[in-house]
Amino acid sequence: MTTHARAATGPLSPSPIGESVPRRDGRDKVTGAARFTADLIVPGMARAKILRSPYAHARIRSIDASAARAHGGVIAVVSAADLPDVNLYYGHAVADHPILADGVVRYAGEAVVGVVAEDLISAEEALALVQVDYEPLTAVTSVEAALAEGAPILHEREAEQRPNRGFEEHIEREHPNVCSTSRQRWGDIEAAFEGAHLVLKGTYRYPNSYAFAMEPYTAVAQWTEGALQVWSSCQHPFMVRDDLARCFRLPLSRVRVVVPYVGGGYGSKSYTKIEPLTAALALRAGRPVKLALSIEESILTTRGDGAAVTVRSAFDAEGHLRGRQAEILLNSGAYAENSPLVGRKAANRIAGPYRIPAVDVTCHVVYTNTSPASSFRGFGAPQGNFAAESQMDEAADLLGFDALEIRRRNVVAPGEPPWPKVRGLDADLDADLCLVAEELDWWMPPSPGRGRAIGISASDAGSEPVTTSLVRVSADGSVTVTAGSTEIGQGSSTVLPQIAAGELGVPLDRVQLLQSDTTAVSFDRSTGASRTTTIMGLGIQAAAHDARRQLVAWAEEALADGDVVVEVPGGVRIGETIHDWGSVVRAWFGGSYGECVGRGYVRREGRTQQMPPFWEIGCVGVEVSVDEDTGVVTVERLVTVGDVGCAINPQLVESQDLGAAIMGLGMALGEELVYTEDGTLLGGGLVDYRVPRASDIPRVTSILAERGDGVGVYGAKGGGEGAVNPIAGAVANAVKRATGVRVVEAPLTPERVWRALQERDRTSG
Amino acid sequence: MPERVDRALVDLAIVDLAIVDLSLVVNERPITLRVEPRETLADVLRERLGLTGLKVSCDAQVCGACTALVDGLAVSACTYLAVDADGRSVATIEGLTRDGELTPLQQAFIDEAAFQCGFCTAGMLMTAAALLDENRSPSREEVVAAIDGNLCRCTGYVPIVEAVLRAAEVGR
Repeated sequence: MTTHARAATGPLSPSPIGESVPRRDGRDKVTGAARFTADLIVPGMARAKILRSPYAHARIRSIDASAARAHGGVIAVVSAADLPDVNLYYGHAVADHPILADGVVRYAGEAVVGVVAEDLISAEEALALVQVDYEPLTAVTSVEAALAEGAPILHEREAEQRPNRGFEEHIEREHPNVCSTSRQRWGDIEAAFEGAHLVLKGTYRYPNSYAFAMEPYTAVAQWTEGALQVWSSCQHPFMVRDDLARCFRLPLSRVRVVVPYVGGGYGSKSYTKIEPLTAALALRAGRPVKLALSIEESILTTRGDGAAVTVRSAFDAEGHLRGRQAEILLNSGAYAENSPLVGRKAANRIAGPYRIPAVDVTCHVVYTNTSPASSFRGFGAPQGNFAAESQMDEAADLLGFDALEIRRRNVVAPGEPPWPKVRGLDADLDADLCLVAEELDWWMPPSPGRGRAIGISASDAGSEPVTTSLVRVSADGSVTVTAGSTEIGQGSSTVLPQIAAGELGVPLDRVQLLQSDTTAVSFDRSTGASRTTTIMGLGIQAAAHDARRQLVAWAEEALADGDVVVEVPGGVRIGETIHDWGSVVRAWFGGSYGECVGRGYVRREGRTQQMPPFWEIGCVGVEVSVDEDTGVVTVERLVTVGDVGCAINPQLVESQDLGAAIMGLGMALGEELVYTEDGTLLGGGLVDYRVPRASDIPRVTSILAERGDGVGVYGAKGGGEGAVNPIAGAVANAVKRATGVRVVEAPLTPERVWRALQERDRTSG
Repeated sequence: MPERVDRALVDLAIVDLAIVDLSLVVNERPITLRVEPRETLADVLRERLGLTGLKVSCDAQVCGACTALVDGLAVSACTYLAVDADGRSVATIEGLTRDGELTPLQQAFIDEAAFQCGFCTAGMLMTAAALLDENRSPSREEVVAAIDGNLCRCTGYVPIVEAVLRAAEVGR
């Protein structure tokens, strides 16, 4: 089922690069030995439960915790007032999020009081004894309500902007309920629209969503001699360390964040979540504390940004895009979290991977009284792509072009920057489109009642190229590699050793990887934006080269005796004798032990100078059928192209690409968080929030396009996120081709499609 | 949600509950322990017996992550009361391996990359093991039907179905 379009690149053989070696974490995960944060027990550990607000917006008049404190088994009951020594507000972009509600609650489900007890049952019982007196306030749950005249202001206090927001410009705020505004502008937009042959305008909506990592948010915190250690199910341990250090006024070196196996992230475990709260509870309890949220509480902790996207596109008579204007309103919930960056990316990404002479995009990240939104796979891209790709198909129909042809006429060419002052495109989109079309039998008409569509996206990905790695070559020639990247299921614990083994010429089973421990492992910015294989891969490559350079020098000094030292895979040759790296280490130290430490640094210089580090491509095709009586849409065929430059481990890349596409199908067809006007989340559990099941999966073809065009090792670039971006737009376009109805709101639930079909029949009959 | 706490309900919740003697077999090992009637099988397996290979996700019998076998039948341990397992035989992921050897099903999960994060894997394996115990050569449709109550957010399910089919093939 898999096709390889592969240009030969790669290191010297023999090497595990390009081999689908089995996952390193395989045995642990199929035997139950893999330990997740929820499985940890720290000696003396107490358990915590959180009392949450029933109101979406209210002032807290008083909190009476006396009965809870007196309850058996209770160790501490903590509210914001009990944390005078703590920097209460955190947030890597805007420090607007209190660890516990500070006199006001801004969404239903916000943490108000934490109870620490000997066991969970005592903690739960004590929660019911806490009395909170609320004064309800008017809530705003939609972006329209939050920006309306006279809307209540959610954040009276001006929050500090933090340097870790992921973009350089100062955050602008045009309205008290706007958290941030991002713009993207180039060209003469007025001229573009004035001379246009066709102008399309529409408003499209993308749902508030939930990543549903199967492991809920869980953390364990322990204070030892004034230093803090936290184990957490998180993606970015170094970012979490930064927030914890600021909250508790500690040097970075006195905060240790350790990440065991993580039960799914998809962006939802990016940045800081419950770690400051868990650490605050442990501080007040004087005991190690575990806080393990339920799935219902996790839904209330982080969701994906819903979007209302109004977009105008101008085309010439030949189907070329002349200009695009867009206003994007993100429903970002009660706190900023990572939404300012989601907004920045949404503004960048709505231009699509198309050559557009003039663009004028504004994206407002809007505070509402709903659960906070943050990163979720592809962030900013799927929201805008749904709107923009819908319009590409509309334009094709109105201009009389094939939907594939109009895309081929507009996609950015290899090497061409999608907009001014960014990296040229490191992909061949035209070739990717054709791979999908061919696999989908694009030029053969589908069966009656079915429709096909192709969608494409390119995202400025990779985050900031800031990472370090250490490669330690032991006296027996075995290798220890450190990487601050987290194994969140993507397979980094397999791929990174493959890179180290390939670069050092040592067998894969001689390489051990140590990950995600901020004290034991050197710095990495984050695990997200599909950056690990590319950016950490470069770090490991640099560290391996540094080790090799030292080892060759050591061989010249300690072994060569004036002869020429020739580097070979796994060691050196002097005369006719091969010395492996271990014997070089031993010879240089003059005994049986020692170690060579190679250092790798990646920053904005050289090949990683130009931003973004790489473009992440999503290219998919779908074929759908629609039951016109019920409005049920069935995706019958799905084709994905993983345009990844070089697949270090093809099996892992394919499964990432497929997983992303299926995740996208959920939001195309059914996943949506709905809030009532008073801010109650309807169906905030998995019964109602229906994610794809095995029986929903269409016939799938995964294609890998390996053209060696990425910035990473062997031409690799990021993957695993791109396929989520174009799915919803492709499904909407395919439904249009199958039925003639245009649905402008995702997900395309049976009700929405059925209503659109009724409207079609009413107006045509 | 009530703002004022109903004291009577709280009092009811905190009265000492009866302790029940429980005898069961877990992964072929006889176990006797004393539990509260409100403890679930997942609580007992994870918290008391240290069998943390079993995972709890939705805690509402929707996602299948906590699937264990009770007398060979797949159950959601998150909502199955431990006392109901009295006198029964329970199997978890920790009991699959024999003398350190992976079963064909476990090996097939590795070979097919049928997991990424691994949080659904215990439930998937136990559900698939129950299927293969009952039906040694399931069709693709039968595999899909069997795992339809087990959610996976990483893989898109395709490699999981392939793994179960491969294990059935090897098992024959």
